[in-house]
Amino acid sequence: MIDAATVTHVARLARLHLDADERERMRAELSGILDHVDRIQALDLDDVPPTTHVIALENVMRDDEPWESLPVGEALREAPRIVDDRFSVGRMG
Amino acid sequence: MSALHELTAEAAVRALHAGEAGAAEMVDAALARAEDDRWGSFLALAAEAARERAREIDAMPQRPPLGGVPIAIKDALSTRDLVTTAGSRILEGFRPLYTATCVARLEEAGAVVIGKTNMDEFAMGSSTENSAYMPTRNPWGDDRVPGGSSGGSATAVAAFQAPWALGSDTGGSIRQPAALCGIVGVKPTYGAVSRYGLIAFASSLDQVGPLARTVRDAALLLSHIVGRDPLDSTSLEWPAPIEVPQATDLRGVRVGIVSELMSDGVEPGVRAAVERAMGLVEELGGEVRPVSLPATEHGVATYYLIAPAECSANLARFDGVRYGPRLDDSDDIVEHYERTRGLGFGPEVKRRIMLGTFSLSSGYYDAYYGRAQRVRTLIRREFERAFEEVDIVASPTSPTVAFRLGERVADPLAMYLSDVCTIPVSLAGIPAVSIPCGLSEGLPVGLQLAGPAFSENRLLAAAHALEGAIGFDPRPPGVL
Repeated sequence: MIDAATVTHVARLARLHLDADERERMRAELSGILDHVDRIQALDLDDVPPTTHVIALENVMRDDEPWESLPVGEALREAPRIVDDRFSVGRMG
Repeated sequence: MSALHELTAEAAVRALHAGEAGAAEMVDAALARAEDDRWGSFLALAAEAARERAREIDAMPQRPPLGGVPIAIKDALSTRDLVTTAGSRILEGFRPLYTATCVARLEEAGAVVIGKTNMDEFAMGSSTENSAYMPTRNPWGDDRVPGGSSGGSATAVAAFQAPWALGSDTGGSIRQPAALCGIVGVKPTYGAVSRYGLIAFASSLDQVGPLARTVRDAALLLSHIVGRDPLDSTSLEWPAPIEVPQATDLRGVRVGIVSELMSDGVEPGVRAAVERAMGLVEELGGEVRPVSLPATEHGVATYYLIAPAECSANLARFDGVRYGPRLDDSDDIVEHYERTRGLGFGPEVKRRIMLGTFSLSSGYYDAYYGRAQRVRTLIRREFERAFEEVDIVASPTSPTVAFRLGERVADPLAMYLSDVCTIPVSLAGIPAVSIPCGLSEGLPVGLQLAGPAFSENRLLAAAHALEGAIGFDPRPPGVL
């Protein structure tokens, strides 16, 4: 089902660090869950359209009216690290 | 008049308007129960703010409609300046900058928020054991889980710490804990209640709703939160006001009992209680017949593809940059993301992010997420066909009574199957009510009643009539 390389690949896609124990547990648990969900592979769904919205809504638009945004200081209030009124992050790669 | 904390919300509102009690006393009585929190219902209390708000309400020349009645709020709902964690370490200490629309509407109407209730991390779980902070114990048996994910809201109401509470329901997270704690829970039609300020789990399924000790209280709460909100584009113009039900019979009501959800997987004591309730439906003048919904057997599989896929996208925002604690100091930003998320999320959340990322990834999308969306259509169609023949479909809310703490922690799939009865309703986007219908082994059994989209008033009326006939006593032994 799911091998170690797939777990490593998916964890990378999800930006999720997993240690070696977690990766092995994840491999076993995801395989078990996928065994169960694989039952839907047997259904004939050729003429069945996918559901994207349970209640049909079309073109929900609001008027393009500006409103006041949060003051910068307030928007930064919960940030763990701030530099010069900006969110601070590390370097790219 | 009974002790203030024993009043239903409806009776409390009446007493407040009649001048028999003030909001300050009412809130003090609730806080006294909430501070003695043997069950682990609350992650945070807003004692000072609640007392202040109660005094303000008592000083108003005209008392607002809800008069100053206390309420508990699931920690998935943002409350301005009041710590909101969704049960996760990755939001430890987070103070939102705004209040969820549904909470703001209740505050405006005169409800007083006394605290935030415990939950499975990001609402992922069926026992509240996935909270990063603490377990919650069922007031009906302290070795038992309260259900989840709105377990703290359910225990707060069942243990008379608050007359009512808000929860959120993605695959059963209001109905299942309501069932396991012997109270009433309502999952409204998808879009009935604004999701603005609800920390998102699976956006095509998430819906806010009430938990209360009576159907009338649940209806009263719901009446204040439904309706269009410009800040949530999926919220709906509500066709007619939610009414507090008065029905005492079920004449002309056709109830279909779902054959597939009364099968071997259901505990005998649960099945017996549900069958007794169906007998009462007939005594009240209703008609009971079996209905078959074969695609519901694929509900759990479908849900565990759709909900994790949506969660993997929604939870991408938690990265330790704009809010939440910084759990890693790497200079490389990707490493910072990976380590912050690795430390900040618990095992179940990681499992679902992995499952969702996998089912959306290149090469697997059509076989998993794409197929699951088609099965969702099959399930919706089966409900639509059933509603051509019956007004309401009935089933147990949970196939078992409250299980023991720790019993299902090691087996994710067994935990997922706790929601086998509630998930199909969520996938169809239709409303459902869970009411207590008796005890099995001394623990409450929940009956789920579901109807077509927008049928809340009919559903609540039927639930109210049946509640009267069942006569369930919501007081857990030794709790009062």
